[in-house]
Amino acid sequence: MRIRSNTEANVKSTAPVRVTVAPPDLTQTSRRAGIVFIFKKALISALVAFVLFSLMIGIRTEAGPNGQLIYWTRFDDLATIVAIVFGGSIIVELLRQWWGDSNTVRAIPTPLKGALDFTGRAIPPLLLTCALLVPVIFYNQRYVIDTGIQVLTYVMLGWGLNVVVGLAGLLDLGYVAFYAVGAYSYALLATNFGLTFWICLPLAGIFAACWGVLLGFPVLRLRGDYLAIVTLAFGEIIRLVIINWQSLTGGPNGVSPIPRPTLFGIPLTADEDGLAARLGIEYSPTQRIVFLFYLILALALVTNWVTIRLRRLPIGRAWEALREDEVACRALGINTTTTKLTAFATGAMFGGFAGAFFATRQGFISPESFTFQESALVLAIVVLGGMGSQLGVALAALTLIGGFELFRGFDQYRMLVFGMAMVLLMIWRPRGLIGHRAPTVFLRQSTAISSELAREGLG
Amino acid sequence: MSGDTILYVDRLTMRFGGVVAVNDLSFAAARHKITALIGPNGAGKTTVFNCITGFYKPTSGIIRITHDDGRHIQLERLNDFRISKQAKVARTFQNIRLFPGMTALENLMVAQHNALMRASGFTFLGLIGVPSYRTAEKDAIDRAKRWLDRIGLLDRADDAAGNLAYGDQRRLEIARAMCTEPALLCLDEPAAGLNARESSALSELLLSIRDQGTSILLIEHDMSVVMEISDHIAVMDYGVKIAEGAPQQVRDDPKVIAAYLGADEEEAAAIMESGK
Repeated sequence: MRIRSNTEANVKSTAPVRVTVAPPDLTQTSRRAGIVFIFKKALISALVAFVLFSLMIGIRTEAGPNGQLIYWTRFDDLATIVAIVFGGSIIVELLRQWWGDSNTVRAIPTPLKGALDFTGRAIPPLLLTCALLVPVIFYNQRYVIDTGIQVLTYVMLGWGLNVVVGLAGLLDLGYVAFYAVGAYSYALLATNFGLTFWICLPLAGIFAACWGVLLGFPVLRLRGDYLAIVTLAFGEIIRLVIINWQSLTGGPNGVSPIPRPTLFGIPLTADEDGLAARLGIEYSPTQRIVFLFYLILALALVTNWVTIRLRRLPIGRAWEALREDEVACRALGINTTTTKLTAFATGAMFGGFAGAFFATRQGFISPESFTFQESALVLAIVVLGGMGSQLGVALAALTLIGGFELFRGFDQYRMLVFGMAMVLLMIWRPRGLIGHRAPTVFLRQSTAISSELAREGLG
Repeated sequence: MSGDTILYVDRLTMRFGGVVAVNDLSFAAARHKITALIGPNGAGKTTVFNCITGFYKPTSGIIRITHDDGRHIQLERLNDFRISKQAKVARTFQNIRLFPGMTALENLMVAQHNALMRASGFTFLGLIGVPSYRTAEKDAIDRAKRWLDRIGLLDRADDAAGNLAYGDQRRLEIARAMCTEPALLCLDEPAAGLNARESSALSELLLSIRDQGTSILLIEHDMSVVMEISDHIAVMDYGVKIAEGAPQQVRDDPKVIAAYLGADEEEAAAIMESGK
């Protein structure tokens, strides 16, 4: 377009020349401004890094042999760090400009878009098939199956918390409390009363749901940050009670041995009535691990199925409406109290199931497994996945927990690499991996709604 | 105003600390009619609305709704969500409060929450997918579809409410309130921010809602809308009622003109003009 008008101007060589020359000139200046902006930003970042690290890295102090303070300088290290920050800042900014803001509409050619849509639809069944095949392919690699169980446990926890945080918009920092309630319910019922796993599993869910309601009542009036703080405190209270109620929970010593799960009464042991002996195959400890893998996969899938169904029921729509606008909900005659409580209870119930599974898998539980860090990790999975998205949560759990294992090779830099990966992800996908929500009901076609429009909820 | 009164507000007073927002206000809204509550900015109209719809608890006074079957309900005794659920009073908001991240259709489905909750056996029956819930949901979708058609948004049913144009959002909010099947519809400045064409379409919509048997109470600044569609007008200033009557009557009332002149010249001029 511009070229054509240029040639026209050249032919006529009259007044329009100035007009046609102006646009390229303008882009030139804007590009120059862009470069200046990037350099300015990089310089500021480098300056901040310099101030921050000048004492932390530039000067190293240590107590000498006679108790005096000795120090030496490491200015070359400091210079390297500052240079890295400077270069990194430029790269990040360039990438950001190339990628564009998250709300810019990128023109994608139609065939490519069709392919993308197809892959988008193909991902969930593909993931499920992969998950089903993991124990078959990696039968001899216990480490892989164990990691798989770990990932699936967090997928389930993430899906459970997703009901509370992603759908109902209630920021819950104490989710681990329900995990703990479920785990201790099973552990104590099994060790004290000899109940089997399959009886304890629903009980653990019910107990956790009751605790969810119990937590829900006092925090109904709280919103946003205040809700987060109270739920965080609730998580700590449960942990402290478990530590200090020694006569019941064994305190810091934990509970053990917790019975292993059975396949509907058939134990997975080397005994004569064990599964291997009954089937007439050779016993191997891997059988139990594989069984645990499929057990957690089934539990996670049940969680997913129930959540997807609930979303399409009036209660699920009310949760999402609550996240969008609580006042409007009340004006429409929705009982916000029971709606919030059911969200808490449903999320807690899934947490309780996961807890019971955790207890039977480990065979030993102690309060150490239920620290705030766990809550934070599950919340990170939900936020990273994209609030409310089931697929996003699964992908995020895979990335986070799988990432932990993958970065094991980096040894002491593991957390650093991991943290950086998180920061980068949040820069490019501030709304999480899956940044849109699918409508629960549609007339003609289900068009995904950008999360930019959806609200995060104030609790 | 005797037997055919749907809403009866008697000696309503609302104090916020030392400020008396509404003072000893009494008025009534007739059944199957449009009643308008007007007055200068800060007259206390929205406070009255919030009292009627349960967002505020009045300091004193009675707000009574009489249903078609002769059932009386004292609104000031009900909790917020029960006013919509039991007393069948729906409302819209001055600043639109849709669920922006949900589609237009979903917005209307949320409005039918209570009926659908019962149909889904409080989720338990719905979870296993009983046929009676499926038919109930289909009916709900049909009702939503009818309303979308009526407000001219059937084509945008699957679009996010937050993506709709301002005027469309206003109409969708009214449709959403109507999906709760109210006996009394309370509208807080429904014509605010609409252009002339949109507000005349709104007038038509409100008249058709009235003719189908829903009583309407509205607060409005746009005098052309108020004068065109209202059957009865109550005028407030500084928390008290200063005039009441048919549009013609109110328009010529010197007290009303004075109140508007004192508060806002333009609006008073608008009243005078529409009176000619």
